[in-house]
Amino acid sequence: MDRLGSQVHARKYRRALTVLLAMVAVLSLLATSCGNDDGVDIGDRGTAMGDGSLGIVEVEEGDVIQIRSLEAITGDVAFLGLPNQRAVEFAIEHFGQIHGFDVDMGTGLDDLCSADGGQAAAQIIVADEDVIGVIGTSCSGAAVAAAPLITEAGMAMISASNTSPALTSDLAGTEGENRSVGYYRTAHNDRAQGEAVSTFVLEELGLTKAATIHDGDPYTQGLAEAFKDFFERDGGTVTAATAVNKDDTDMVPVLTEIAASSPELLFFPIFQPAGNFVADQAPGIPGLESTVLMGADGLLNLDFLALPQAAGMYLSGPDTRFGSNENESTGTTADEFLDMYEESFGERPAAPFWAHAYDATTLLLEAIKAASWVDGGTLMIDRQGIRDHLNSVQGFQGLIGTINCDEFGDCGASRITVVQNIGGEENADASMENVVYSWAR
Amino acid sequence: MARAEVRPVRRRARKSRTGVDWFLTIMRVAAITVIGLGLLAFIAQEINTDNPFAQWANPDATGLTGAQFQGLIISGVTQGAMYGLIALGYSMVYGVLGFINFAHGEVFMVGAMTGMITSNKLADAGLWESNFVGSLVFIMVVSILVCSLTAVIMERVAYRPLRGSPRLIPLITSIGVSFFLQNASVVLLGPAAKAYPDVPDWIRTKHTFLDIEGAKILVILVAAVSMICLWYFVERTKSGKAMRAVAEDAEIAALMGIDVNRTIVKVFALGGAMAGLAGILWGILFRSVIHTTGFLPGIKAFSAAVVGGIGHLGGAMAGGLSIGVAESVGPLVILEPLGVSGVSQLRDAVAFAVLIGVLLLRPAGLFGERLQAEDRT
Repeated sequence: MDRLGSQVHARKYRRALTVLLAMVAVLSLLATSCGNDDGVDIGDRGTAMGDGSLGIVEVEEGDVIQIRSLEAITGDVAFLGLPNQRAVEFAIEHFGQIHGFDVDMGTGLDDLCSADGGQAAAQIIVADEDVIGVIGTSCSGAAVAAAPLITEAGMAMISASNTSPALTSDLAGTEGENRSVGYYRTAHNDRAQGEAVSTFVLEELGLTKAATIHDGDPYTQGLAEAFKDFFERDGGTVTAATAVNKDDTDMVPVLTEIAASSPELLFFPIFQPAGNFVADQAPGIPGLESTVLMGADGLLNLDFLALPQAAGMYLSGPDTRFGSNENESTGTTADEFLDMYEESFGERPAAPFWAHAYDATTLLLEAIKAASWVDGGTLMIDRQGIRDHLNSVQGFQGLIGTINCDEFGDCGASRITVVQNIGGEENADASMENVVYSWAR
Repeated sequence: MARAEVRPVRRRARKSRTGVDWFLTIMRVAAITVIGLGLLAFIAQEINTDNPFAQWANPDATGLTGAQFQGLIISGVTQGAMYGLIALGYSMVYGVLGFINFAHGEVFMVGAMTGMITSNKLADAGLWESNFVGSLVFIMVVSILVCSLTAVIMERVAYRPLRGSPRLIPLITSIGVSFFLQNASVVLLGPAAKAYPDVPDWIRTKHTFLDIEGAKILVILVAAVSMICLWYFVERTKSGKAMRAVAEDAEIAALMGIDVNRTIVKVFALGGAMAGLAGILWGILFRSVIHTTGFLPGIKAFSAAVVGGIGHLGGAMAGGLSIGVAESVGPLVILEPLGVSGVSQLRDAVAFAVLIGVLLLRPAGLFGERLQAEDRT
């Protein structure tokens, strides 16, 4: 640019700057006369955490603190979401008031276990600016859509049953592609299960050649890949990594493909009914007669354990021996919780993540307690303070064990167990408890 | 008469090839090239895995052992025999009424479910273990009865009122019936996968005869016997003659004193019986059944009926066997040597590629007759 041009530009800029300064002066006069939530009227915050950067929520005297539950409460996975939602209700009740204010969950929202459902419900949640935090979602797929909306609104989100590494990290320091700041979870990370299975196979079983099958579902694919990564890192060889369709019944071709690479163990973290067919047909394939079969939590249920072909199989999953673990916020133990649950609903929870949901709720309520203060009868809650508290959680005793949050939002105790099926319908319950290996991160 | 009408059309098409004709020719050549290359690479692998041609597309190739290859063929034939049994129902209904009964796959599922309930009751009573063959015949009979009844009721309630309406209407109705049956199964029996009781060892283990599992021998035998019975019924009995007459021309058959409605009911009952039988074989082979069991086999059986030439009974069975063997063998023999990854997930794609391939090369199916121009609309 030539000299003359730059002089003309400089003059223009100076005039523009003058006008801008004048406008700022007028606006700031107006602003101070109207008062300012963030700067002036928040009272003495004492030791409450946070810096106000995400805004402060005021709960007037007589009002309640709003949190939300977002779980898959209808459809195929209601067996997972309903116990989670009920655990949130119990935890709120057991926790009691925060600085003299009641907590309200509102009506339980449904994530429909899908991205669409998660997004729709998240939009309902963020439309209410008084909501502080959300317990949910049930499904990782729903969280991918819901977490960005909820966390961008300044709310905190803690999931009890999302396990996808994409939502947090790969546990090796790489951030997941769908991670949102302000998202936490008490469920284990699939990477942890992959590492646990790999360690079990290499160290306990002493096998070094394994093959994997997934069914195209992101959950099963992620788990099979995590297993492969850790297995190969620690000196094992994955001889074949392949996939089936969820509705396949004839597994002879896929098993033949695998048999060609002669593995010692076959890890297929898939679901029923495809898992039944793999377990049933594998021993009949030339080359797989003595291959050890192993599945994951997708098959870890009483129906599968009762099948004759599943006898002797190994199955990995989150440690469900909560027993006498006590939640340090409420003093309730897992056994007490189960009794209360059965008394209220006449059945036992069908999925194990109720314990994670209970702990997630108490974590959120503890965070609200730590990031809030009362000013002249009004409760002030610092949104950033809630995240600061959750980021700093270390050594919290929950129903699921000791909870430590890492920098990517993984807070779960990540205790993984491997059970071996004793075999027979009459032993299915006993097989569920037949833990042959425990692993913790 | 059909030939006389169609031939001139073909001759005219030969003279001036349109863009579509060129496209189809290119597709035919491409399909044959892919299959040929895959087969050659596979043969190269089998001869020697270090062979440069075997290494060319898939350096990790290991080839298959003889036993593994035989396993693939046998599993394809058994699967195909079941597709064939189901396909008979599609083909017969199409032959007589000229529409595709999409709910037929669900009749098969009803058969598998009936077998599951009956066999578990027998197992509770101890009869399943003590007299397995008797129990098996019993559940087959029950399943045939239930499935025939289902098919007949379906015809009476959903299709007969629509007789004479355009063909698209019963077709769409049949999709509705299919959803109805699936959801009825969820409501009545729940959405979980349900297991058959454990079968005796001679069904599970392999036999010295060709090293095949008992269950697979059973499937192939039962399919062959029922195919022969069906052929005898259609070709050698009076009712069969009536069916063929109705298929030829319903109006003229009625004029000859054939009760068309009754014949159509018989066709549905027969198709249902075949599906019921296939359902039991499925249960014995896979020992697990769920409300969606009928969907994919139904679609594949329909493809099998088309591949064989819809309306042709032997063709339905041949189509079933070709689709079954192709989806079992194709991924490992043609796709893997070409270096395609995750081939086992592509089995459905292979099955439907067979359908497309056959339609490209022989638009009327393997055994099909060319339809009259008026029938095609």
